[in-house]
Amino acid sequence: MDLTAFAEAVRGDDAVTVTGLGTRGGPVPGARDVVAPAAIEEVAPAEMTVRCGAGTPVDELQAALADVGQMVALPSGGTVGGALAVGRSGVGRLGHGPVRDTLLQLRYVATDGAVVTAGGPTVKNVTGFDLCRLFVGSLGTLGFAGEVILRTRPLPACTRWVAGPADPFALVRRLHRPTAVLWDGVTTWVCLEGHPADVEAEAAVTGLSEVDGPPPLPTGGRASRPPSSLRSLPWTPGTFVAQVGVGVVHTHEPVEPEAPSAEVVELHRRLKASFDPAGRLNPGISPLRSALSSR
Amino acid sequence: MEALLRELREALGPDRVRAGHVELGLYGRDASNIAGRAGAVCLPTCTEEVQACVRAARRHGVPFVARGSGTGLAGGAVPLDGALVIATTKMDRLLSVDVDDRVAWVQPGMLNLDLSRQVAHLGLHFAPDPSSQQSCSIGGNVANNSGGPHCLAYGVTSAHVLAVEVVLPDGEVTVLGGIDPEPDGLDLRGAFVGSEGMLGIATKVAVRLTPNPPAVQTVLLDFADVDAGAATVSAIIAAGMVPAAIEMMDALITRAVEEFVHAGFPIDAAAVLIVEVDGLPDGVAAQTERVRQIGLAHGARSVRIATDPAERAAIWKGRKSAFGAIARIKPNYYLHDTVVPRSALVAVLREVYEIARRHDLIVMNVFHAGDGNLHPLLVFDAREPGVLERVHAAGEEIVRVSVAAGGVLSGEHGIGLEKRDYMPLVFSPDDLDHQRRLRDAFDPDHLANPHKVLPEGSRCGDLQHVPAGAWI
Repeated sequence: MDLTAFAEAVRGDDAVTVTGLGTRGGPVPGARDVVAPAAIEEVAPAEMTVRCGAGTPVDELQAALADVGQMVALPSGGTVGGALAVGRSGVGRLGHGPVRDTLLQLRYVATDGAVVTAGGPTVKNVTGFDLCRLFVGSLGTLGFAGEVILRTRPLPACTRWVAGPADPFALVRRLHRPTAVLWDGVTTWVCLEGHPADVEAEAAVTGLSEVDGPPPLPTGGRASRPPSSLRSLPWTPGTFVAQVGVGVVHTHEPVEPEAPSAEVVELHRRLKASFDPAGRLNPGISPLRSALSSR
Repeated sequence: MEALLRELREALGPDRVRAGHVELGLYGRDASNIAGRAGAVCLPTCTEEVQACVRAARRHGVPFVARGSGTGLAGGAVPLDGALVIATTKMDRLLSVDVDDRVAWVQPGMLNLDLSRQVAHLGLHFAPDPSSQQSCSIGGNVANNSGGPHCLAYGVTSAHVLAVEVVLPDGEVTVLGGIDPEPDGLDLRGAFVGSEGMLGIATKVAVRLTPNPPAVQTVLLDFADVDAGAATVSAIIAAGMVPAAIEMMDALITRAVEEFVHAGFPIDAAAVLIVEVDGLPDGVAAQTERVRQIGLAHGARSVRIATDPAERAAIWKGRKSAFGAIARIKPNYYLHDTVVPRSALVAVLREVYEIARRHDLIVMNVFHAGDGNLHPLLVFDAREPGVLERVHAAGEEIVRVSVAAGGVLSGEHGIGLEKRDYMPLVFSPDDLDHQRRLRDAFDPDHLANPHKVLPEGSRCGDLQHVPAGAWI
């Protein structure tokens, strides 16, 4: 399916929902499903960019990029469009940056079936308003992503995980740009990437032992906290995994997000009314998760 | 306007509301070649005073324009239709620093370099480093999503702003974004950064502070022709490296800079590249060697590696004083800002020289080559009859060849008034309509910095180009 056919599929008067691999909750019940294009259109290693359909599986994209020694900073699993629509980063956020900074250009299908381009193909661009940022994390409520251009980054020459008992906050300060520092209240895991000799030297600084990878992350809830507040968390050690230096905490129990200000709620209402006045796109979903009970 | 002035004087005190002829003239322009007309100027010192200014302007139906240091190059802070200028120069304080969060809260009028200086003792800095960093404000950086040489590896302002306290165009105050990594809801912070003052006025900014790298090497490569320098840039990126910075200067600007700062730039070079690599020591050494080899393979005549911080500082002083140095060649300049794919650098640079030749103008190129961000600098003497028309014609052609090569209108200066009417070159009517929807959701009455960024048909306020000789 190409972008034009996708736009044709979205067009109509009925409620419509976009679905990928179902990794992040799947289609909204009671709305007609559409599926975004899923081809890798252009790998441009010399530009450090890639253009692909939003329906492309993230893992398939990473495999294609690995062939040219590159990667994108998206969490594994699901589709590219799903990762962008939800906007949550993976465990490498401390070193690789947030999902929102990977998106250079977005071509999306609007509620009226128009194909709209936001951003641009170059790695640096301040031409016009930054609709790309507005769309990352919008849960498909403003338009459906069809095709994207993403910023890639070089695959590190060496990646190593180490773990053991250590003060994770001291390590975040001591190490130079670690890729991840995880902590469950007892054990600390650190991911180091870069030149092999640097990785070895940094691993020695941690005093921790080599392990295969990160611990399994609890999937019941996800909290977003200022990084400094992770020193005193309300959860029992061993029942959570915190991304130290970032502020994301993975928990077993659902976490209630903080209530947004009245002004922020009003801006959300006006943006939805402005981009999707009839409320066709992913009906019942709001990016303000606290405003919803079930999703 | 008299009633508005009375109200503002009551709220701010008479000394921080100005409507004198000289001040209205000064605040009627920024560092671009465009002048407008300010109705009044106010100098608030806190969020509540900014809010009072916005509410007063609303009550009187007067548009308002936020202004930082006025160093913008695209006319973004130029007031039209007698707008109220709300200048943040008196809001220049560092409010707090949290070393665990690596976050500082600052007022919008704080100067970019002052922030880095004030956190230097913590081993931290603010990564966006525009060449104007000694005089540009953080609020201006937020409005324009500013860049700088080191944004190649570290990202532009948007990647370094976590939250913004704003006075919305309806006069309400709220915080967009947060110190936590995934605040609930739409990324309103991301939409606000780079919106050129059209979605409200930032009154406090939470910026990310970046740890200083443990190792840095700065490499100066010298080429006998521009193509070889540009090809080296593409080859470095294609080799899978993202240096902290890759800057290029051509022959004319290198000579002008060397005469100005005496940093040891080769004055007979057709082009020089400044490549900076940072990080941990072994990675830095390996990348420096790789850069040297790529340079030599592309015909570099010499590769100099700065051996101490003083030598590094001299090289960067040269790069960042480039625009001061050109005053020795001609009294006036017009600085452009476009981005092209990095693989198109050689071809587009050739066209830029050809355009200048056709219009009988001198062009100098000093730019962020690593991310394809061109800054062709047309220098001229505005007293020469007919020269302004040639400068504008050449400028438009530069924009068009950049877009034709797959590029965009601006990499860091913004659209403002300067490039507003070029927006249809890169965006369809539907694309522009959706940008308008974002603006309308924040500012349905179009009182916040109206007439900027989005083309609006025949209506363009009382915009006027400055008379010849008045250009900066």
